[in-house]
Amino acid sequence: MAAVMPIPAASRVLMSGNEAVARAVWEAGVKVAAAYPGTPSTEMLEVISTYPDLYAEWSVNEKVSLEVAIGAAYAGSRSFCCMKHVGMNVASDALMTLTLTGVIGGLVIAIADDVGLSSSQNEQDSRYWGRFAHVPVFEPADSQEAYAMTLDAFELSERFQVPVILRMTTRINHVKSLVTVGERGERASAGFKKDPARWVMTPSGAGKRIPLMFARAGELRKEAEASPLNFIEPGSDRRVGFIASGPAYMHVKECFPNAPVLKLGFSCPLPFEKCRELAALVDQVVVVEEVEPLIETELKAQGLNVIGKEILPLQGELAPNVLRPAIARLLGEEMPEKRQFGLSTAPMQVFPRPPTMCVACPHLGVYYTLSQVRNLTISGDIGCYTLGAGHPWNALDTCISMGASMGIALGLDKGRGEADKDKRILAVIGDSTFLHMGMQGLLDIVYNKGNVTVLLLDNRAVGMTGGQDNPGNGRDIHGDEAPRVDFAKLVCALGVKEERIHTVNPYELPVLFKTIRDEVKVPEVSVIITDQPCVLIKDYHKLKPFEVIDDKCTGCGNCIDVGCPAIHVTRRGKEIKPNGREVDLAFVRIETSVCTGCGLCVQPCAPDAIVHHVPVSPITLVKGCGV
Amino acid sequence: MSENTNILVVGIGGQGVMTATEILAEAAIAMGHDAKKTEVAGMAQRGGVVSSHLRFGERVLSPQITPGTADVLLGFESAETMRWQHMLRPDGITLMNTARLVPPVVELGLFDYPDDPLAEIKKSGRKVVAFDATSIAQELGDIRLGNTVMLGAIADHLPFPAETLLDCVLRRFQRKGEKLVELNRKAFEAGRAAVGAAEAALA
Repeated sequence: MAAVMPIPAASRVLMSGNEAVARAVWEAGVKVAAAYPGTPSTEMLEVISTYPDLYAEWSVNEKVSLEVAIGAAYAGSRSFCCMKHVGMNVASDALMTLTLTGVIGGLVIAIADDVGLSSSQNEQDSRYWGRFAHVPVFEPADSQEAYAMTLDAFELSERFQVPVILRMTTRINHVKSLVTVGERGERASAGFKKDPARWVMTPSGAGKRIPLMFARAGELRKEAEASPLNFIEPGSDRRVGFIASGPAYMHVKECFPNAPVLKLGFSCPLPFEKCRELAALVDQVVVVEEVEPLIETELKAQGLNVIGKEILPLQGELAPNVLRPAIARLLGEEMPEKRQFGLSTAPMQVFPRPPTMCVACPHLGVYYTLSQVRNLTISGDIGCYTLGAGHPWNALDTCISMGASMGIALGLDKGRGEADKDKRILAVIGDSTFLHMGMQGLLDIVYNKGNVTVLLLDNRAVGMTGGQDNPGNGRDIHGDEAPRVDFAKLVCALGVKEERIHTVNPYELPVLFKTIRDEVKVPEVSVIITDQPCVLIKDYHKLKPFEVIDDKCTGCGNCIDVGCPAIHVTRRGKEIKPNGREVDLAFVRIETSVCTGCGLCVQPCAPDAIVHHVPVSPITLVKGCGV
Repeated sequence: MSENTNILVVGIGGQGVMTATEILAEAAIAMGHDAKKTEVAGMAQRGGVVSSHLRFGERVLSPQITPGTADVLLGFESAETMRWQHMLRPDGITLMNTARLVPPVVELGLFDYPDDPLAEIKKSGRKVVAFDATSIAQELGDIRLGNTVMLGAIADHLPFPAETLLDCVLRRFQRKGEKLVELNRKAFEAGRAAVGAAEAALA
């Protein structure tokens, strides 16, 4: 994104948590910011890249992004990196030793936990990293706090020479609320000073720094005890007091405005004395934290009699509709719902609406083809193409983590039993995921002589997170030209034989089908690269839309199996075949206003009922017409 | 807190639900309210379900609307409007676009689209006003005006003047020229009139 003029200081504006952190990163005088896209963290770096006077990059993965930030912090500059929760798993190797060296310039790591799994393969509590690496954790409760805590985190980071984790959740990252912004402070870099005993972590050097890390943790706990980010609101209803952090604090205040609350903004190391202070005020203490019982477990170990996950769920958000009944049960009260509402609060039954691939998505051709090839076990990966597991394709058999399609495919090959001896193993991975963590897996397949066919879906974008640029599309984070990876040469360099590498247009179904069918039969590693861009990025060009000639449609339903959302059923019927078998018929139309003419549905249409749309009158579209 | 106004805007990814809610939030802020807007995006941009929560008032704490407490439900699509009825308070009102967007799972014959979502909502005993925002937008010359029609539809069901919301809508088009400003003004007024007429018919 191109740089824009930042909003003036003292403005009060509606900002998401991501936008608020981005603003604070700029104000804090950060020099280097790096990330790999991941919901719900993506917009932080997207917005940071629009601010002037700092360097921002899309890194190839989260570990590299953290390492870039570490280097900048070693050089004495303030640096920032952000990621979704699973990204921290990738980056953790660097974190666990970074805690020993510490930093010179302030380093803040924002981790976005997808509490409630809006767009993730699992749910994790990133506050564990604070305990694991003995680094402080801040937990904002809304955008204003996300902004202010980011600034505070840089101060703390420099004072203690320690990286600070800003732990966010979807309900912080993506909620918009009012933020009052400030000025940018310029900050000179201290410069990198050679100090091998500190920066070169060998066993003897690292061993000497471990006691320093624990001493620092002790000092940080004192800091947390005194921090204004941790405060008690005494309240008037002393039956239950709450210890709450992150968005859960807002939910507690919403439900129990008169209850005493200890609000923890600086939640690791945990300020035990503050917690005891709250406990002394009330009959019983409930810890409200998303998602795992970290605070609760530490307090119980301290001998405090607190209640937590005995009455609250270990999964998902602790929103008012979860909190109110749990506390009512604890107090032996009637459920507030029954008192409040006359009408049913049970949702009406409506069909599910799972996410789908876009109209004309190049992956449609791939999954339609895979659904037509028999005897495959398909190892999948993380991205839009994970949707291939759904209807109508049902053509993806595994998915766990970024790049895992490679190693899992090799394991499926090497670990196959007698029952699977004729199965063809195929791996499906996107361009960005391949560069993130798939390359090493492919090298492993080649090196260990695996029998796997790899489908590398190069759509020139990080599609699922909104089409961000990556090393595969030749553009940097600002959209400027950058060196572009040549995937065919790359996989060749990893050792895939030249004759086993094919680049195919995924809209040409017969070629794609033949290439896949031929390559799965070859008992060695093949790579099939599809080369058409994501329909959401500027590289994609629309073609003339199609329509269905109603009289010619035989209702065979072949086109529906492509899975394009522009195809709609107009009527259904039944037909008795000559062999006496009854088949269902579905006659279709194409929504020409959204069709972009990719032609995928035309190819399986037996009666040639799909033709280019001829508009009745010319359509005039005014650019940027709607909100 | 009961003094907050709770507006729920629902539809599917790509319809402009989130932008519409953001404009509503801007209007509330222009009136001096505190406001919070939330939804879960992510997969929603792939044609999935989108429900956007807006709460405003003197001070907003939790950004989420608790089931059974929404004052107004603004529905961009028929079945989606049905899906979120339980979020309304008993005397809350539904303002609903009658447009239907049928997902692939229904086209594949795996699920049925409800025959008459409007009738189902009426049967549940809640107040509902229906109108065809998509046709109104098409008559004005561009389907993308539907979003502004929807904002016009809710304009007389807010605790502040419709003009405040209209100003916030039009501000988005100022840089794009007078022609678009006028077109959106017409769309806004058409949405307002459609709800007004439908309510008069109910009375």
